[in-house]
Amino acid sequence: MAADPSPRSRTRVVLADAAARRGTADRAGTDLTEQTPIGEALVKGLMRAQLALALRLALVVAAGLGTLPLLFAVAPAVGGYRVFGVHLPWVLLGLLSFPFLVGVGAAYVRWAERNEQDFAALIRRPER
Amino acid sequence: MNPYLAPGLILVVLLTVAIGAYGLRFARTTSDFLVASRSVSPSWNAAAISGEYLSAASFLGVAGLVLRYGVDVLWYPVGFAAGYLALLLFVAAPLRRSGAFTLPDFCQVRLRSRPLRRLATAFVLFIGCLYLLPQLQGAGLTFSTLTGGSYAWGALVVSVVVTANVAFGGMRAITFVQAFQYWLKLTALAVPMIFLILQWQSDGRPEVTPPAGAVFPVATTVVVEQDAVLNGVRPVEAGETLHFAAGDPVPTVSTVDAEFGDQWLLPGKTGLFATYSLILATFLGTMGLPHVLVRFYTNPDGASARRTTLVVLAMVGLFYLLPTLYGVLGRIYTPQLLMTGNTDAVVLLLPEAALGGGHLGRLLGALVTAGALAAFLSTSSGLLTSVAGVIFTDVLRSGRSGSIRDFRLATVLAALVPTTLALYVSDMDVSRVVGLAFAVAASSFCPLLVLGIWWRGLTDAGAIAGLVTGGGAAMAAVLVTVLGPPLPSSFAEFVGQPAAWTVPLAFLVMVGVSLLTGRRVPPDVGATMLRLHAPESLRT
Repeated sequence: MAADPSPRSRTRVVLADAAARRGTADRAGTDLTEQTPIGEALVKGLMRAQLALALRLALVVAAGLGTLPLLFAVAPAVGGYRVFGVHLPWVLLGLLSFPFLVGVGAAYVRWAERNEQDFAALIRRPER
Repeated sequence: MNPYLAPGLILVVLLTVAIGAYGLRFARTTSDFLVASRSVSPSWNAAAISGEYLSAASFLGVAGLVLRYGVDVLWYPVGFAAGYLALLLFVAAPLRRSGAFTLPDFCQVRLRSRPLRRLATAFVLFIGCLYLLPQLQGAGLTFSTLTGGSYAWGALVVSVVVTANVAFGGMRAITFVQAFQYWLKLTALAVPMIFLILQWQSDGRPEVTPPAGAVFPVATTVVVEQDAVLNGVRPVEAGETLHFAAGDPVPTVSTVDAEFGDQWLLPGKTGLFATYSLILATFLGTMGLPHVLVRFYTNPDGASARRTTLVVLAMVGLFYLLPTLYGVLGRIYTPQLLMTGNTDAVVLLLPEAALGGGHLGRLLGALVTAGALAAFLSTSSGLLTSVAGVIFTDVLRSGRSGSIRDFRLATVLAALVPTTLALYVSDMDVSRVVGLAFAVAASSFCPLLVLGIWWRGLTDAGAIAGLVTGGGAAMAAVLVTVLGPPLPSSFAEFVGQPAAWTVPLAFLVMVGVSLLTGRRVPPDVGATMLRLHAPESLRT
């Protein structure tokens, strides 16, 4: 979002509302709850970051697991390859897919929480 | 009959009741329960969710499918686990923050539309019934396999027991009970598997697919249940008894659909369309299952909902390593199931078949059966509770002040249809029916949840249109598959595995109609989005 108009309108809202309410409410927090354009922009930014993260990781899964049926169909020789005497498709699907999914999930939880912390830090940032 | 069986089953029921009663001391009302569970750590909560999720289809059905069809059906367990990743990525935290307890609740919170709420209710009921059906089928199958009794009695007995339990509150959906059921199910598959693998080693590691074809490991008697042709040449009649000596080759039976040799061992037998359809249905369907969502409300906040989902993914993934092994070892030790077609019973029969009828084999057989009982009890109780809850609030319109009697009525209503269906539909693979339930959930609630959470432009009209076309098409496909006549093979794939076209259809219609009716976007969508996505710590 454009950065230009934000300082002005933010100042105006805070002066009007924060004093009237509890005196402690911070500017961006008020922007959020009062549904000002800035608050909207902040939430949109968070949503965009979270959605981009989720889509990126979904793409990783689509590339890692989703291409397997195609691979087995295009190159049947892959199915004949053995790992420790077990055919590769069995190893990939029956064993390795599960740790792969958990790994992607763990990465998501870590980064999604970081996004939220960044967002919270942005809201709580003391404006001096 | 196995002498350890009855004590084992009674022990499971007693432990379930005892843990439930212990939990009840702390939680007497529904709200007490919800508040109490907020002090429960994500790992306990995750065990409870996994316990409810791992149904008869997972416990018995996956191994049966692997035994029968081989590597191609490994997409079932992968998809059942990956569904939780999709849930984690797109739904978990915002859904918890929405405060919605059921899917109709979510429709109300996000789009404020009564008609949409009613439509969502209809879909919850349909998916719930469709998902209960294979649980009861599995129960009937277990009963008839172990006692020789009739299939119908088994299904009926479990149905009546679960209905009575839910209706009289004998087993409330208490976190610790469901968590206990998860660990029981995991143990019941893992411990026998250790002995089975040791046995396989000491037998000199017999090949899973010997080049000369499968052979009987011991002398076996098979009773023919319907007229068929063996190996394409020898006709046999129903009621005929066939004797095979150890080392005899396993004949193929014309009435049983199964794969042998490289067809079983290597991928590619199932068409690409059906495989991708299955992947879409299972990856995206989990988030739309009624009993899965209810449990998310027991997390204290969005961040812990995410962490809980991650632990569930790990627990479910750990569990799904085991059924595949049962299916593979079943190829060696219980090949007669490929003749009778009763492949879903492989988990129950394998311990005794491989380890012999001694104390060890029987004890492990009883353990596996106890795990199967836990699977029926936990999943059907959870499902029935959530379906009955929806009937209670949205169909009987009892509201919060509704009486316990209304809830009991709702429970009986919820149990009626799946029980009747289970008595008539007995010959479908348990996992296949579950796959169909996933397909309906993926083409109805998945688009609704994903678009509702991430797209401001969704309108009630768009949501309704998408549910009706995408979900309706999947529903129709399921009804034709389950109840209708056999279809010509070129057409059967599109109807039997509909997700690959119904899911995109639902998304497209939902987005298209929403764009056309842009003026109907709820005016408070900004506030709703803030509530869904902002961390709870910022709420004042």
